[in-house]
Amino acid sequence: MRYLPLNDANRADMLAAIGVKSVDDLFADIPAPAKAKAVFDLSNSMSEIEVERVLSNLAAKNLNASTAPSFLGAGNYRHHTPASLDYIIQRGEFLTAYTPYQPEISQGTLQAIYEFQTQVALITGMEVANASMYDGATACAEAAAMACRVVKRAKALMSGNVHPHYRDVTATAMRFMDIQVECLAPDPMGIEDLVGRIGSDLSCVIVQTPGFFGHLNDYTALAAACHAAGALLVVCVTEPVSLGLLKSPGAMGADIVVGEGQSIATPTCFGGPGVGLFATREKFIRQMPGRVAGETVDENGRRGWVLTLSTREQHIRREKATSNICTNSGLIALAFSVHMTLLGEAGFRRLAELNHAHAALLADKLEQIKGVKILPGTFFNEFAVQLSKPAAGVVETLAQRKILGGVPASRFYPTYPELENVLLLTATEMNSEGDINALAVALKEVLS
Amino acid sequence: MNEPMITTSGHRALQIEQPLIFELDTGGSTAVDLPDPPKVRMRLGNLRNDKAIGLPGLSEPEVVRHYTRLSQKNYSIDTGFYPLGSCTMKHNPRLNEKMARLPGFADIHPFQPQSTAQGAYELMDTLAHWLKTLTGMPAVAMSPAAGAHGELCGLMCIRSAHDANGQGSRKLVLVPESAHGTNPATAALCGYRVESIPANAAGRVDVAALKAKLGPEVAAVMITNPNTCGLFETECIEIAKAVHAAGAYFYMDGANFNALVGRVRIADLGVDAMHINLHKTFSTPHGGGGPGAGPTVLSAALAAFVPVPFVVHDTKGYGVVEHAGHGAAKQSFGRMKGFQGQFGVFVRALSYILAMGVDGLKQASGDAVLNANYLRAKLSAELTPAFDGICMHEVVFDDGFLKNTGVSTLDVAKALIDEGFHPMTMYFPLVVHGALLMEPTETESKATLDQFIASMLALARRAKQGDQAEWFKAAPRLAPRRRLDETQAARKPVLRWKPSEATQAAAARQAAE
Repeated sequence: MRYLPLNDANRADMLAAIGVKSVDDLFADIPAPAKAKAVFDLSNSMSEIEVERVLSNLAAKNLNASTAPSFLGAGNYRHHTPASLDYIIQRGEFLTAYTPYQPEISQGTLQAIYEFQTQVALITGMEVANASMYDGATACAEAAAMACRVVKRAKALMSGNVHPHYRDVTATAMRFMDIQVECLAPDPMGIEDLVGRIGSDLSCVIVQTPGFFGHLNDYTALAAACHAAGALLVVCVTEPVSLGLLKSPGAMGADIVVGEGQSIATPTCFGGPGVGLFATREKFIRQMPGRVAGETVDENGRRGWVLTLSTREQHIRREKATSNICTNSGLIALAFSVHMTLLGEAGFRRLAELNHAHAALLADKLEQIKGVKILPGTFFNEFAVQLSKPAAGVVETLAQRKILGGVPASRFYPTYPELENVLLLTATEMNSEGDINALAVALKEVLS
Repeated sequence: MNEPMITTSGHRALQIEQPLIFELDTGGSTAVDLPDPPKVRMRLGNLRNDKAIGLPGLSEPEVVRHYTRLSQKNYSIDTGFYPLGSCTMKHNPRLNEKMARLPGFADIHPFQPQSTAQGAYELMDTLAHWLKTLTGMPAVAMSPAAGAHGELCGLMCIRSAHDANGQGSRKLVLVPESAHGTNPATAALCGYRVESIPANAAGRVDVAALKAKLGPEVAAVMITNPNTCGLFETECIEIAKAVHAAGAYFYMDGANFNALVGRVRIADLGVDAMHINLHKTFSTPHGGGGPGAGPTVLSAALAAFVPVPFVVHDTKGYGVVEHAGHGAAKQSFGRMKGFQGQFGVFVRALSYILAMGVDGLKQASGDAVLNANYLRAKLSAELTPAFDGICMHEVVFDDGFLKNTGVSTLDVAKALIDEGFHPMTMYFPLVVHGALLMEPTETESKATLDQFIASMLALARRAKQGDQAEWFKAAPRLAPRRRLDETQAARKPVLRWKPSEATQAAAARQAAE
């Protein structure tokens, strides 16, 4: 087997050095009944060619966005990946390293984390950020838990404009922590009242920008109302490219900003792995979950970085830790950081402008089609539309024409008949004007 | 040795100092050329921001060089031997990377119509089939993102099952002293109180002490097997029986499943739930701290509580159940992770599993245990094994061999860095004094192990000379950095770069004008 370096002569020498006769003797501690049924009806080893054949056949059964124009979003976005980005993250020194527990020989990873933390803090408008969480949804749950620790209250309020997966993951986690989460109904029109629901029992209000249905809201007044009631404002960002063009959550007064970095870091990859972004105010860092890199000096006074504030973490604090997280999403955080570095301020802004312009162009085209109504008045690169027919059927018909024409809201809200005709559409820099025209033409035919 | 040469640049041949990207800012540059946006009516309302964010601008060659230089300051499996106990740092085949980048896997979307993603669901179902078959367990939750997340999944299933059976008053989880810190942290996140179980002199769970704690309050027992001392819990089956007799569930931490693959069916140990670290056992890369995946296999008693999403199939093909509370997910406890789980990790793990096959996987667990025992046998010449007898895939030594030398486990680890090896895990498990936990994995050759053994024995002999403490305290000498001041880092946390005060003042003046 090509991944195993030992040969039979090595094995014989090593068994002799150990003083046993066979490899099976090394498993003598395991009781016989535990080993008796270890016979498996599974395939034996394959050559590279065979593995490639099997997996390529599976891959070929999927309709992929490099062969079909895609307008899918809903928290997972298709953007361009510069060639140098994938080269850098495939370097073995990044790809095959562990968490940087030995800082003297992990300065590359540690410096990259420190740069990532700074970039995340800058674009969210916050003071500090951690080294990453699993994804945006789990980061949202961690934010709710952290708000409850900070404020010492056990209730959270969640807007109906938050991504339904973020809502479900947070509600699930909080239920087991005996924290109450009031989740408001989906809000495609962007009309819900949050300020009026803030009471003195709330730890936090959780909102999203841009909203799940596309709306752009200024949460400055909401932040003030939260703070007046002693609660925190948590803002989710599922499309961080938007931060290149929009007022940051930090500028609105957010206390914790969480998000999904996938759109900047990696291809869509069926939704995972992504990278959870987590940023907050400096005064809350000792309540923050997750790994964090900090600056220090070595014995010769030279600048370097280490993992720090570990007294919050499970390997030190065990059941009193701020979270149980250890492995997070290091390589995807690196990819996020490399892409942000490649873009720089000018490129990040241009990318955001391009996304908005393509989405606005799509909206302009769709507004001319009978049976299509664009719901949000303001949006970034994604918006909900009300169709004259159920959206799920429309999407299936478009897929038969090799167009991935949006995500039906019913996929998330099967029990809300009023959302049956609502479709989420995204346009990014990857959608050419030709793609946009093709969708408009096809949609017009399907709806007529 | 001669004094190290001082260079004008501060670089030292291949060790090149590299500033932060923020200090390299050339102002206005970008490494990505994007077209001009089409002219359209903007629809941003009053949310448009025109203020500078503060991101640095660099060209492509500068960015590529920056990260290449950073990479050269990292130790990695590709560079050398990485015997970090409990972390399973084995070779990561590049075939897995190639497969994950096929457009049919990388360029598909979690919410595209299910009819257009049949290959993706089939891949998840195939991987699930391997995991269920290798463990003998009837069900698997695929969505947990890491080992600790898988533990949480298992405990959430357990609490849901107790609630469904009118046993919601059970509020206690028992965890051995030797457990990973994630076990008690996870139990706490699941709303449980934690009590620890002592280890016996043989490094295993003290079964009598465990049985004494079992009672109507206990919801679950979490046991790592092989445990963090690298030993199989020989009384595992008896423990499972006692746990079940007390009405509790048996969670097995599967971080060390790599020692058992192809040799033991987990179901035959009486396990109710166990997570599998795909980034350990099935060789998906650790990536400097993730991403991983922690699918959790479940017994029949817990299977109904599995979180969404999960893949189903019938004669028409594959589909995915995404909503808890009705249909096939009627009793599902909810959702733990966005989208469809760590799909890219699934592709890599299946690529590895297919390449190895069940015969290769059995050989791998055999070679992993062989390599660990070879280290144990050879290093015992100078080091002090914490426990007698055969170990599994990792071996733990205590710091007895350093007694009265003034040299600590940490010092030995730092000296190993100068020898060109990544240190072993230090001071874990907590039940072993000054522990040195070594996991060689099956992907190391005998020649590499012999080199490491020679270095380790030489360091032990040096320490035992009795007057070498200062020499050890000064290690590492040859790494990109000497020992770093972790106390200062924690006391005055500096967690991000900030522009100098002069730059900030200039920016403020400019903004005011």
